[in-house]
Amino acid sequence: MSEMVREYPMARTCPFDPPAEQTENGPVSKVRIETGATAWLVTGYQEQREALVDPRLSSDFRREGYPSRITTQARTRSFISMDNPEHQRQRRMLIKYFTVKRIESMRPAIQKVVDNLLDEMLDGSGSADLVSQFALPLPSLVICDLLGVPYADHDFFQRCSSVQLTMSAPMADREAARDALNGYLLSLVESAVDNPGDDLIGDLVVNQVRPGHLTAGEVADMCSLLLIAGHETTANMIALGTLALLRHPDQLAELRESDDRALMASAVEELLRYLTIVHQGLRRVAVEDIEIGGAQVAAGDGVIISADAGNRAPDAFDGDPDELDIHRSARHHVAFGFGIHQCLGQALARLELDIAYSTLFRRVPTLAVDASLDEIDFKDDMFVYGVRALPVTWNTEADR
Amino acid sequence: MSIEIDRDTCVGAGQCVLAAPDVFDQTEDEGISFVRPDAPEGRDGEIADAVDRCPARAIALVDR
Repeated sequence: MSEMVREYPMARTCPFDPPAEQTENGPVSKVRIETGATAWLVTGYQEQREALVDPRLSSDFRREGYPSRITTQARTRSFISMDNPEHQRQRRMLIKYFTVKRIESMRPAIQKVVDNLLDEMLDGSGSADLVSQFALPLPSLVICDLLGVPYADHDFFQRCSSVQLTMSAPMADREAARDALNGYLLSLVESAVDNPGDDLIGDLVVNQVRPGHLTAGEVADMCSLLLIAGHETTANMIALGTLALLRHPDQLAELRESDDRALMASAVEELLRYLTIVHQGLRRVAVEDIEIGGAQVAAGDGVIISADAGNRAPDAFDGDPDELDIHRSARHHVAFGFGIHQCLGQALARLELDIAYSTLFRRVPTLAVDASLDEIDFKDDMFVYGVRALPVTWNTEADR
Repeated sequence: MSIEIDRDTCVGAGQCVLAAPDVFDQTEDEGISFVRPDAPEGRDGEIADAVDRCPARAIALVDR
């Protein structure tokens, strides 16, 4: 192989597009990662789907050769970093909370949260930061309610969550944030042991901790994952998706004027594909020698599956995959991953996005972004892509 | 052709329910997918979509 070994992750040149460099050496190529180690970068859509279902690729970050971004002292583990059968055993404890039907039954409650947040936001001066006033509190309120975590503590756990997801944050800060969040959740789990609530933590205490299937610490680790995953991701999709739609006024107008729920569902899938906020790769390590897209991957080699590149693969989607098209059939995208680790909370994410976009654009037809693209702070240095803030304005006369 | 779901493999992602809601559903107690007893005939395209999108490869079409 004569090509230069590129550094990964690469920087974006357009805030909406994954780095073009990712795919320049073909669907599977070698890259050098943050720690100086080399790993295989898989960017082809088919190659990614095959790799993500292959049990010979492990998600266990403790294994030799796992392509870690940085090395932290691993004190906590959750099912996202476990292989089967351990992964399946833990995931099974949670599935019933995230089924399509169960999540759909939350629609009226989520609609109410959205309405209340917009009431508060629109009560202001005709301008707001969409992230702090809408995009972040919505998923945060919803996941807190589902888990049984008091939303009143949101400043604390949002800060912990954000630091843990910031790659550039000092190691000591990241570890302290992780330990603080876990300590907090552990105390919630421990108080639920005596007095379980009608929520996910209460359920896990009754059905897993009391019979001895999980320790309180393991439940706290699990809830830490759910809490972090439950708000950072959806919050970023709400804000970034709003920005993307505002930059496509024709499609936005069509969406706003249509009462076809299938069109909004299609738009949500397309935004998930187009924006792919998990932007620096799903990471695995080979436990046996395997072939991926013609590349000979040896046991112990790190493998990085860049979903953002796969979701723009020209052979996987009709039309031009670099264009946003709310009519595209994009449901087979890999924005939620693929394989046994595919996002557990995807039905919840879809529902929140559906209600958030449709209500926001219906209630605030004059919504506009009050910044140029280069004034917007994009989260390049985080595991989950998005914007730190999104200043918006609206016409208070027209939108009352 | 009949649809078989490997209950041990299913991860409850719900992709089959999204692809073919009148064919697939998830149990309330565990969240595992199953073929609805009242599933209509046909729906071949949707079922093929469900098979393709199942992230755990838990759905198979079997000749009977």
